[in-house]
Amino acid sequence: MCLAIPAEVTELLPDDMAVVSIDGVAKEISVALIEDLAVGDYVIMHVGYALTKIDPVEARRTLELLQQLSGEGRELQS
Amino acid sequence: MKYADEFRDKTIAQGLARTIAAEIDPQRPYRFMEFCGGHTHAISRYGLEDMLPPNVRMIHGPGCPVCVLPAGRIDMAIRLAERPEIILCVYGDLMRVPGSQGNSLLRAKARGADVRMVYSTMDAIRIAEETPAREVVFFAIGFETTTPPTAVMIRLAEKKRLTNFSVFCNHVLTPSAMHNILESPDIRNIGRVEIDGFVGPAHVSTIIGTQPYEYFAEEFGKPVVISGFEPLDMMQSILMLVRQVNEGRHEVENQYSRAVTREGNLRAKEEVSDIFELRDRFEWRGLGLVPYSGLKLKQVYAQFDAEVRFAMNELRVADNPACECGAILRGVKKPVDCKLFGTVCTPETPMGSCMVSSEGACAAHWTYGRFRDHQLRRAS
Repeated sequence: MCLAIPAEVTELLPDDMAVVSIDGVAKEISVALIEDLAVGDYVIMHVGYALTKIDPVEARRTLELLQQLSGEGRELQS
Repeated sequence: MKYADEFRDKTIAQGLARTIAAEIDPQRPYRFMEFCGGHTHAISRYGLEDMLPPNVRMIHGPGCPVCVLPAGRIDMAIRLAERPEIILCVYGDLMRVPGSQGNSLLRAKARGADVRMVYSTMDAIRIAEETPAREVVFFAIGFETTTPPTAVMIRLAEKKRLTNFSVFCNHVLTPSAMHNILESPDIRNIGRVEIDGFVGPAHVSTIIGTQPYEYFAEEFGKPVVISGFEPLDMMQSILMLVRQVNEGRHEVENQYSRAVTREGNLRAKEEVSDIFELRDRFEWRGLGLVPYSGLKLKQVYAQFDAEVRFAMNELRVADNPACECGAILRGVKKPVDCKLFGTVCTPETPMGSCMVSSEGACAAHWTYGRFRDHQLRRAS
C-alpha cells in the first residue's frame, strides 16, 4: 500500500502538477505536497503524488556507509 | 532505476550479512518487528531472512492497511456500492478483500455494482466531473503515506465545487498501532510478543518524520530504526538495531536519511490536520478497537464525508474462526501455523486479509517463502 518509487521531475506544469520520468516512462503527477521543486529533482512518488524530495547528498552518504559497513564483517572475521 | 538499483547490490548485501553475523551475540535472541507491509514484502522477495543468523528473527507487523481493515468496513462499502446512484472508486488492493460470507467488492461488481479501480485520487475527481448525475464515493484507505493525497483531493473537490463527490474514510495512524502492540492487554492475554526493536516505516516517515517514534524509544525502551524499502536499506537497518541492542541503547535512528527528516513533510502534515480529525477509536483487524488510531473528516467537511452523507451504519463482522490473520498481524503466529494457509486460503481465494495484499505476511510467504520451507523439509 505504501509502495512508492523514485522518479525524476522533467517538467513543471500549472496547478501543482509536474511530469516525471520513471526510468524513461513519463507520467503526470501532483506535486501539491512539495515545496521548492525544480526540474532535475528526484521525488518519491506514491498514488500519483510526490511525497518528498530525495536528498542526493544523503543518498551518496548512505551508499558510502553501506560500502564501509559491508567490509567491516570481513575485518572482524580475519 | 536511479535511487533503487544501487540499493540492491548483492555483494554489498552479502558483506552486510557477514558484518551482522560477526557482531551478534549468539547467546541471545534478536527479535525485530518490521511494522510495515512494504518491508515484509521486501524481506520475502529478496530472501533476506536466509542471510540472517538463526537467532535474528523478523516479526511481521500489522503495517498493511488492507490487512488491518476489518471485514465490517468492506461490508459497509459493498452496501454503498450496491446503491444504483453510486460509483465507488477504490485502490486496486481492495477489490478482493473478503467481507462477510465470502463477499468482496469484486463480487459486488460482478453482480452489477459500479465499482471502479483507480490509481490516484485524481482519477476519482475526474470521474465525478464527468458524471455529474451520479454520486462518486472514494474508498479512502491507508496510513500516513496515503492520507495527504486524500486531503489534497478533498480540498480540490471543494475548490471545484463538486456536489456529487465524497470520501469513505478509513485512514489509520502508525504510532497508535505501534503503541497498541506494545501495551494492549488484549495482546498480553493472547500471548504477548517479545520485541527487541522496530524497523520503522519508510514512506509513512517521509510524511510524519522520525519525531513521533522518540516516545517509543523512550517510554518502552525499544530501539527504532527508520528504514528504506530496498534490500540494502533493510540489511543496514537490521545491523543498526543489532548494534543498539548490543550496546544497550534505545534510540530513534534514521537509516532512510535520503527521504526522511525529523520533522517530516510540513506541508503534507498541515493538509492532513486541516481536513481530518481523530476518531475516538477505530477497529483494526487483529488488534481490535484501538483508541485514537483512525481519522475522520472534520465537521466542516461533512458534505464530503460519505458516512454522514449516506447515513452509513457501522457494521461489525466476526472473522472466520479458523483464520489466524489476527495472531499473525500481531506477530504471535506465523502464516504456516494457520491451517487455512495454502489449503483453502491462497491469493486466488483469500479467506483472510493477510493473503489478499501482496504486502500481507501470508501472501508474501505464499509467493516467496514457502519454497524455502519445502527445501528445508527436503534437506531434513
